Amino acid sequence: MLAKLKEQYGSGIRETSTYLGQNYMIVEPSIVSEVLQILRDEHDFDYCVDITAVHYPQREKQFDVLWILYSFLCNERIRVKIMIADGEMVSSSDPIWPTANWLEREVFDMFGIRFEGHPDLKRILLPEGWKGHPLRKDYGIIQQDQEWVQINLGIESGQ
Amino acid sequence: MGADQLGHRERPMTNGTKTDEMETGQTKASTATHPEKDPASYLSHLELGEKDQTFLDSDELIINMGPQHPATHGVLRVILKLDGEKVLGTECVIGYLHRGVEKIAEHRTYAMFNPYVDRMDYVAAVSNGLGYCEAVETLLNVQAPPRANYIRVILTELNRLASHMLWLGTHALDIGAITPLFYTFRDREEILKIFEKYCGARLTTHAFRIGGCLYETYDGFEQDVVKFLNFVTPKIGEYEELLTTNRIWVERTKGVGKISAEDCVALGVTGPVLRASGVKWDLRKAQPYAAYSDFEFEIPIGENGDTYDRYLVRMQEMRQSLRIIRQAVGKIPEGPIMAKVPKVIKPPVGEIYHSIEAPKGELGYFIVSDGSTQPYRVRVRPPSFVNLQALDMMVRGQLVADVIAVIGTLDIVLGEVDR
Repeated sequence: MLAKLKEQYGSGIRETSTYLGQNYMIVEPSIVSEVLQILRDEHDFDYCVDITAVHYPQREKQFDVLWILYSFLCNERIRVKIMIADGEMVSSSDPIWPTANWLEREVFDMFGIRFEGHPDLKRILLPEGWKGHPLRKDYGIIQQDQEWVQINLGIESGQ
Repeated sequence: MGADQLGHRERPMTNGTKTDEMETGQTKASTATHPEKDPASYLSHLELGEKDQTFLDSDELIINMGPQHPATHGVLRVILKLDGEKVLGTECVIGYLHRGVEKIAEHRTYAMFNPYVDRMDYVAAVSNGLGYCEAVETLLNVQAPPRANYIRVILTELNRLASHMLWLGTHALDIGAITPLFYTFRDREEILKIFEKYCGARLTTHAFRIGGCLYETYDGFEQDVVKFLNFVTPKIGEYEELLTTNRIWVERTKGVGKISAEDCVALGVTGPVLRASGVKWDLRKAQPYAAYSDFEFEIPIGENGDTYDRYLVRMQEMRQSLRIIRQAVGKIPEGPIMAKVPKVIKPPVGEIYHSIEAPKGELGYFIVSDGSTQPYRVRVRPPSFVNLQALDMMVRGQLVADVIAVIGTLDIVLGEVDR
């Protein structure tokens, strides 16, 4: 399967590997939605388990965005990973799996990564109007949006 | 209760206008507390302009359910767009219980983060702990010894029973059946007593450690568990006697909140909800972890994917859990309960995803290690969060009272949804 994809996309599939028995591949952001669509349609990865991101501030491409997929037919998992710079858009996988809707909203909420073509991209766990994206590494663990807290909760500080 | 709903359906509209006014007033009152928020802004996808032709005389209205509503099982706020009693669309507003668990993880060592996971799905804390410990063990490439795995299976299955009992009691209470709550809480207490005797805590147990278990089983653990099994086996029959053929229960649950297998897969819904739609999939069988490959058990499935089938599936699951515990408790192997794990846990650089079958569905941990003593990133894939997304699809076109039934049947825990 991976060989076939590599043949089709050449250097677009940057790396395919296995770590501790778990398969993953790193692809170019520009072709990720095509690859995901092919994985679902032709290789039966019909269940999108999770979409998440990791922040590496020291890298030039600061974010890893990951899709964890599962195939009911083959009982197999695969992780698809892309690396993007801060502010870069990722094409939404909501048309491929409806479950991506909330998962992408959470990634946006926590990391500030925007998804192109998402039907309703807004914060999900934090309130609307909150400033900052807490799972970025430069966001302190006790940091809060003081202004939001003062206006909405009527207290000096949440600490 | 079924008849009650029918009565509402045929209610003359002169009456309805008054109710509408009252409820609109309610909406205004609740929006007043969030002055800068326009409730309509939440409803961008609900196509407010479109008129439904079924109820010609009524006006559409938007009401808030929750966050302080006893039937939402915590602080879930659902904005309902209604046409009389009919639900045209919903929007979930979550995050009231957000504590930043994933952020905390990045500032704690691997062992220090272990108790935090119990606070996510607090009615199934043992399952959370099992998933986390196994994920870190995978990252460290160590295996818990067989004795530890057997203890883990027994406690996790007891916890599954406790979780399903709590679900049954509260779900039935939401729908109007009060008796099952007293029955299930009485029997759940026996499970909590075993937990308390084993590790000192009843709910947030922190029972397992990375590499195995910290505590050896206490004297008389096996006898206690067997005694509990003998006590509870007929009790599950009692719950079923109260509900399975109860006319009110059947009318309130049959055909309510239907979801097809394809929709479940597309929405990533797992656990009993997926199985009730006819998909025979359970991670304990598909990708066995701990010692589950040693035991014989069935995966109960439903046919229609409605609330009633989900109830039947969970009842069958409780019996299967009893079966697993009975097999496990008879043959707990001798030996150590802790694998050789370094005092300071420093996994090599890398990332892994490990998931288990929690009572509510697939609970996964994605952990990134940078080679230090603290995880670089911990992502929790909560089953409740993903399952809750199906609420909108399940209640569209149904009645307001069914929203309560569907929230109950999804078996969500807000601590896990919001993390």
